[in-house]
Parts: sequence; C-alpha cells; structure tokens
Amino acid sequence: MNIVVCIKQVPDTTDVKINPENNTLIREGVASIINPFDAYAIEEGVRLKEKYGGMVNVLSMGPPQVDASLREAVSLGMDEAYLLTDRTFAGADTLATAYTLAAGIKKIGNVDIILMGRQAIDGDTGQVGPEVAENLEIPHVTDIRKIEQIDEQGNIYLERMLEEGYVRLKAKLPVVITVVKEINEPRLPSLKGKMLAKKKEIHTWSAKDVEVNEKRLGLSGSPTQVVKIFTPPKPEGGKIFDGDIKGSVRNVLQELRASGILAGSEKGDE
Amino acid sequence: MSSIEVILDKCIGCGLCVKACPFAAVELVDKKAVINERCTYCGACVDACKKYQAIVITRHTFEKHDVSRYKGICVYAEHRHGKLSSVVAEIIGAALKLKNVLQVPISAILLGSNVKPLAEEILSYGTDEVWMIDNTKIGDFAEDIQTELVAQILLEKKPEIFLGGGTIFGRSLLPKVAAKIGTGLTADCTELAIDHDTKLLKQTRPAFGGNIMATILCQHHRPQMATVRHKVMKEAAKTDAAQGKIIELNHIPIPDPAIEVLEFVEEESETVNLSDADFIISGGRGIKDPKNFALIEELAKAVGGAVGASRAAVDAGWIPYSHQVGQTGKTVNPKIYIACGISGAIQHLAGMKGSDIIIAINSDPSAPIFDVAHFGIVGDLFEVVPELIKQING
Amino acid sequence: MNYFLTEEQQMIKELAAKVADEKIRPIAHECDEKEEFPAEIVKVLGQADLYRVCIPEEYEGLGGGVFEMCLVVEELSRACGGIALAYAASGLGIIPIILFGTEEQKKKYLPRLASGEIIAAFALTEPDAGSDAGAIKTTATPEGDSYIINGTKQWISNGGDASIYTVITLTDPTRGPRGSSAILVEKGTPGFEFGKKEEKMGIRGNATRELIFQNCKVPKTNILAKEGMGFMVAMKTFDQSRPGVASQAIGIAQGALDEAARYSTERHQFGKPISSFQAIRFMLADMATQIEAARALTLQVARSIDAGEKNIAKVSSMTKVFASDVAMKVTTDAVQILGGYGYMREYPVEKMMRDAKITQIYEGTNQIQREVIGMNLIKETLRKKK
Repeated sequence: MNIVVCIKQVPDTTDVKINPENNTLIREGVASIINPFDAYAIEEGVRLKEKYGGMVNVLSMGPPQVDASLREAVSLGMDEAYLLTDRTFAGADTLATAYTLAAGIKKIGNVDIILMGRQAIDGDTGQVGPEVAENLEIPHVTDIRKIEQIDEQGNIYLERMLEEGYVRLKAKLPVVITVVKEINEPRLPSLKGKMLAKKKEIHTWSAKDVEVNEKRLGLSGSPTQVVKIFTPPKPEGGKIFDGDIKGSVRNVLQELRASGILAGSEKGDE
Repeated sequence: MSSIEVILDKCIGCGLCVKACPFAAVELVDKKAVINERCTYCGACVDACKKYQAIVITRHTFEKHDVSRYKGICVYAEHRHGKLSSVVAEIIGAALKLKNVLQVPISAILLGSNVKPLAEEILSYGTDEVWMIDNTKIGDFAEDIQTELVAQILLEKKPEIFLGGGTIFGRSLLPKVAAKIGTGLTADCTELAIDHDTKLLKQTRPAFGGNIMATILCQHHRPQMATVRHKVMKEAAKTDAAQGKIIELNHIPIPDPAIEVLEFVEEESETVNLSDADFIISGGRGIKDPKNFALIEELAKAVGGAVGASRAAVDAGWIPYSHQVGQTGKTVNPKIYIACGISGAIQHLAGMKGSDIIIAINSDPSAPIFDVAHFGIVGDLFEVVPELIKQING
Repeated sequence: MNYFLTEEQQMIKELAAKVADEKIRPIAHECDEKEEFPAEIVKVLGQADLYRVCIPEEYEGLGGGVFEMCLVVEELSRACGGIALAYAASGLGIIPIILFGTEEQKKKYLPRLASGEIIAAFALTEPDAGSDAGAIKTTATPEGDSYIINGTKQWISNGGDASIYTVITLTDPTRGPRGSSAILVEKGTPGFEFGKKEEKMGIRGNATRELIFQNCKVPKTNILAKEGMGFMVAMKTFDQSRPGVASQAIGIAQGALDEAARYSTERHQFGKPISSFQAIRFMLADMATQIEAARALTLQVARSIDAGEKNIAKVSSMTKVFASDVAMKVTTDAVQILGGYGYMREYPVEKMMRDAKITQIYEGTNQIQREVIGMNLIKETLRKKK
C-alpha cells in the first residue's frame, strides 16, 4: 500500500488578531502549524500503514519554512517527506495548487491513496482534494468519517459524512480522500519519531524537478484572483441581562418576538 | 511569467506595504521594500502603495477563454430524498439580483431520477430554464456521475456564471467540475455582486477562520464558479407566474459510476441537521456532564431547532462530532443561535458568527461570547435554560 | 529558571508537557473522583516513547538517566500527581532490573517496559514493616530450582496493573536483613493474588493494592543480584528513585502555584485583583522560591547520580525530604489563596494538597530521610575530625 498525505502549513488562525487601529491582520508571533484537519489525515495514513503495510509519505507545497511542518509529520510516523517549493508556485489559487501537488504525486509514483484534511483553516475552501483528483484523473471522496476496510481486490469501503447522516461508499483504488475530525484521534509525536525527524532528509523539488507546464503554475495558473482583502466590522456586543433569571429570560424573548424572528404573543408575563 | 516587482526609484521606504501585507511577505531592507517568498500576489501592498505606485504585479494567465461566448447564470440544483436542498432557493435569489445587472437568463442544472416535480419547483422561483436529465442511473448520492454531466452541460451551454450550494455535496462536486473545465472557483461566498464596469462576478467570502473577508474575481476563464454559503442569502420567492421551461438534455450519455453507493444511513437524532436549522441551541464546557445535554435537547425541541456543541463538549465525549460547531466542525448560519455554557473561543466563533441573532448564556460575565452576542444572559445555564423552556412553552 | 537542557532533554520535557496538557489534565479530576487507573494514559506514554527514556539503548531504550526521568515526572505531575505514578512507580520497578538484572532478565523485561506494553512495580512495605523495613516477614524458601514465596506486601503503587514486580523477601529468615533477596515475580503466577484496591486520601488515579503470596513458586533465575542482597538492591534503588519522588512533589507544587497565581489575577475583592495585596504576593513569592530551590537541588543531584557519583544517599534523601515538604506547604498555601473556592472539589487545588501528602510518607518517610541525612552527616563529621 502506497499512501501520500498532503499537508498544508497554515498560521494558527486562532492566534491571529486584528490591529484595532487600521483593521489589518497582525501576523507577528503567530505560530505556523500543520493544518489541523491534515493532522487527522496523517494519523489515518499511519493507521492504514499499520494495518495494511506499505509506505505512508507526506507531501506539501509552500515556501522553505514548510520544512518544519514536514518534519513534524515525520515525527508522527510519515516515512518519506517531500517539499514542492519554488517562487513560481507562489500566488497559486486552488486550481494551480492542485495542479502542482498532482505533479508531485505523479513523480512519487504508484500511489494508491491520497489523504488530506477536508479543508485548510486559512483558505477554508476544501477544493484542493477534488481538484488534485481531477488532475490525477482518479475518483475522490470528501468528508470521510471512517475508512472501514480495504479488501484484497483493492476496493476501499468508506463512510462519508453528509448533513443529514452518512453514506457508505465503495471505490476502487487509487482514490483521493479528504477526512473530517471524527475519523480518528491523532496520536502525539514519539521521541524516536522526533529524533528521526531532526535528521530526516526532506526531498525538495522545484518546478524543474516535476513535469509541469509552467503556465499552469502559481499566479499564472490561477484563474481566480484576490482583488480586495478587508476585515469584517467588529461586533459591538449586544444587550446583556444580568439581573434575575426570570426577568432576563422574559426580556430576551420579548426582543426576539418584537423582531419577528420568534413567533407568538407576549406569553409568560408575570 | 507572472511577477511582482518593487520599482526602487518610486519606493520611499514608508513601510505602508509592510503593514498591509497579511502574509509577512514584505520587509524593509535599506529603506526599500523587499518582497520574499511568502508572497501570494494578493495585491494588498499594491493597494497600500496607491500614492507612489511603487509595487507592480504583472499577470500572465494561462489558456484564457473567449469570454464573449459565455452568457447566462446557471445554478446547480442540489437535491436528495425527493426534496430540493434549501440552499437552491437562496442561490436563485442571489442569481435574480445578478440578473438585474447582467440582463441574462437564469438556468438550473437538475440531474437525478424522477426529478420532474423538482424542475417545476425550480421554475416557480423565477428560473428561465431548467436543464434536466431525468434518468434512473443518476442516484441521489451519485456525485461522480453528476460531476461528469455538469461539466458536459457547462461546456455545451456556456453560461458565464455557475453557482452551487456551499454544502458538503456542492463543495465537493464543483471543484472537480472546475478542474475539469480549467476555470476558477470561489468557495463559500457570503456576497455576490456584478461589477458595473467590467460585468465580472465579484465573489466575497471569509478566510482565516472568518477573521478577514476576501473579494475574488475570475477574469479570463468561464464559467466564473462559486459555492454559496448556506443560509446567508435571501431565498427567492415562489411565484405563480412562472414562465420558464424545462429542457431535457437526454443526448448526453450517462457515464458509469466510479464509486458505488452502498447505503445511506440517516442520522438518528432529528436535532443534528445543523446546516438547515433555523434555530440552533449549543452546549459547551459549562454543560459539565453528558446527561445534561438532555436539557439542551429539550430547549431545541421547544423551538424546533437543532443541537450544536462546542469543541470542548465533543472532545470530552459528551456528544458526537456531527454536532460540533466551529472552525474544525460545522459552520452554521441559523436565525437564532443560543450558546449555553460556551466561553466563546475564536475557534467556536468562526463557526457561528454569521448567525442572525446570537444569544449567550454564561455565568461568567467576562466570557468572550458576550462580545459577539446580540443578547446575553449572565447566569447559571441550569437555571436559565429551564426558565427559557418554561416561558417559550407558555 | 534555565537549566541549560540539551536539545534532546528539551524535546523530552516538551513532549511530557504536551502529554500532560492534552491527555492527562482533561481527565485528572474524573480519575480522582472515580479512583480509576487510566490505562489509556499508559498507552499514550508508551506511544510517545516516554517509557523508553530511562532504559539503556541496548534494550530498546533511549539511554537517559535519572535527570531525564525527573524531567518527565515533573511535567506529568503538574497535571496530576496520581496519574504520573503510572510512569514514576513503574520507574521504581524498572531501576532494580537495570541495576542488578542479568542479561536474560534485562532482555526479557526491559524492551516490553520501554514500549509501555507492560509496567512495573516495587514491593517492600508490609503491614508490620514500614519504616522498619528490616521487619519484613515475606519469605522465599528455596526448593530445588525454585523459590516458594509466602507473605503479604502492602500499599503497592501500580499493584494489580503492573505485570512485573520486584519483591523484597527473606530467603534466609535466620540472618535478618542479610538474609533478604530481591525476586522478580510476574503477575499471573499461580499463588500470587491481589488484595482489594485501597481507598486513599490522594493519588487516587493510581491503584494501590496488597500483594498476597501463597506458596507462589518462581524459578530461582528470577532473583536479582544474589541471595542476601535484597536490602542492598532496595537501598540502591531508592538512591536513584528519590529524585523521582522529589520531582513528583515539585510537579504537584508547580501545578498548584500556577493555579494559585492565575487565580490571584482573576479574583477581585475590594475592587482589585487579590494579586495586588502583598499578603498574597508574598505567599506566592515564597511558594515560587521554595519550588525553584527544590528543583535546582533535585536536578543537580540527578546529574550527580548520572555522572556516577558514589555515596549519594545523603543528597538523594535531601531532594526527597525537601521537595515533599515544599509540596505540602505550597499546596496548602494554594488552597488558602483560593479561599473558599480552594476548598471545593470543583477547583483543582484541594486535590493537589491531598496528592502532595503522600510524598512526605512513601519511599521512606521524611523522618527516615532525615535519619539518613543526619547519620551520613555525623559520619562525615567524625571522619573529618580524625
């Protein structure tokens, strides 16, 4: 079994603050972390390797500092680590990113399963998984909450989360799978893993190391373009009631009914 | 190739670009701006340097489409279990507003088995055409078949805009279509508008966990695709004076499925479909014990709502992950969101900030949730919630 | 304070802290209330390779020493002194095997202990033999190729959960302590049963049980060192484990200080946070100073032991007696600072106070420790006089 986990290094968006003066993002001191959803993909990859044997590798596209996240992934159990880094990759939207990642996956070769988290917490798009699948011309499934098993004929049985329940699917490998948190509980890194990760050689590939049409990379390969970034207006905080419970509840319900959101006349008047 | 350049003669080293960059990609070296490898070409620095225009981005885009050949706004009509997803009416509502400016027809793609009644419903929202393929081979969950068909239809019909719901299905199907066609897709839009000069679709959506908003254009590729966040846009109203027509596209061959659907399992609790709910009652760490979620469920039942939870409650094993609201859970936009015993950590806010009305119940008056709540009750939730249930039930 | 850790030591400390924060702290209160031993934490510690830290590399360990063990025990104890025993008390059972085990014994047990597959325990105390360890009555009668063990051990940490026990017995009761031997006994050996789980004041996340031996037959090859060396095995083991107990005490104290300091900035009385009152600040200052002193002493002694210093009994006892007394004082003060809230089980400090008490009692009561220090001091003084 040959598995590739795609990860993204993201700023810890829970740490990101807004500068109150000019309403811009304050990026200093914000740690870079492995996208939390990808951590579940890493764990699932390790579990699949423990169950079915083979190799589980990690791949990422980004600037050189992504090296740190790849090493963290190695300490969590990844075998080989690959970094796609090149100035021409910069400015990529999801289409160009997926194109580039797919080129990396093709170079790794013979991949049965590509795993990643359902979305990155900075871009929040969830588009890269399906687009990688299209570039590799293989099927994909998103929002997977359980991988039941892989049989000897190379069929994978999975559970896909939907809003109203879940659906059980069967697909023939190779396949791209994006996962949700419910799928597992990621383990902590091990000391041996951390020591290995320190010394690990990360395979670093630039644009010329993979087979790509230059025009499809980075900014050039991105049909979408961000033209404006702004911060949403700060919430002002609303009406707080801290008196007696009965009164507070009555007041809130009154407000809701007055605004028409909650139906009904003035009940519960005491 | 595309590039970003600092014109050194024009740069005065004021550092406005450094401050404006959301990615820490600009530094001042010897009083001149230098751009490093973190740059994503977002253009914030170009905007900041309006006065001196010292930063220039040059874009060379691949394989441009002849945009003049594309006309119309197309909508993906998601449906399952015999019903249209409620997001469809919202997207059509948004499309109608775009139509006011563009003056082009609105169409909908409807694929499935025995879907003619749904076609009628779609027309009743004011759609001009429904492009329908009604075939027993197209199951409710056959995303792979639908993806192929959607791509074919778009290539044939050439609408300039294609919109889908920001649902699990939509956010999986549309990217595959976008990659097939080689066009741009923006996820989870909360605002759509037409630029009066360029007639381009301006797609605005949250990023960085909702900490910033981004407006995106797809200039040279068609269709301009976007998924629309559920429960944000106003639904189109049904009219009796529906004049559109159904066009059956049965000439398009149905591909074989790549993925076999084995079974669908409905979530037992009716209180779990958070995406559709108008009212959501959520419990957090303050719930203290899994059995206390019964109180939350009671309140949810009293208003006909769904039950949500903060990550703390889910991680503690008090309630399944399917109820989790937040950055690593679900994003919801109900009419009313009641947060019980939830402190309001940023990760949770990212998932529910967009709710129309937020009500917070917490015994700690300094809990951050009160900053985003429209109404707050400071008190013990074990007293407040029963009182709420009592007064709602009358 | 910066202890100038090596990169590896820093890695070990950070990983232990991560396990403590993410896995132990969330369940500490529940384990204490329910008096439950957290088997899943053993698994997490094993997976993280933390059990490997103090086991020699030849036996699948990472080759660390007492110093590294102290780093781990302190971090785990910050989150819960009781759950930390799943690690520390196993360490106590591992040390005799490392110091005195034969190649076969080491190969048989150490790799499995390193992976966390099994945990260990150490059994000396009996109903009538606490501080008076020489009064033990458990016998291991030689019979052909085996020893037949009879007797009862009391209050054994990890009792029932550990798979391998170092049991101090009398192979020759006529010779008193010189007739004692340390013997390895595996759980599940016929004739080896456990008594009920004790209900304790603190460290309730660790199971403390009686060990009951009734004609329990073990192969003679299970002996550690030689017949007659049982107490020597015990004493040498304690020399190395005392800094571990000290670190447990320091961790508990640090956890209490962190809670109290944080609380003092949040609790407002008379219109100000209580941290603005000198009465509180001075208490916190003393707490912090005592903890740092205990830590510095303990880590330096640990370094000494790892460097191969002989005659470490006196300083080793100092770490244990000082740190445990500090822990008792600090946790009591922490409860005081939290006031009424400190007394409530809903808040974590009363548990820390209950947990701290045992560190003054087990692995040699503080009275015994003082005796050890005092006797060694007098011996040195007399030697200098000559």
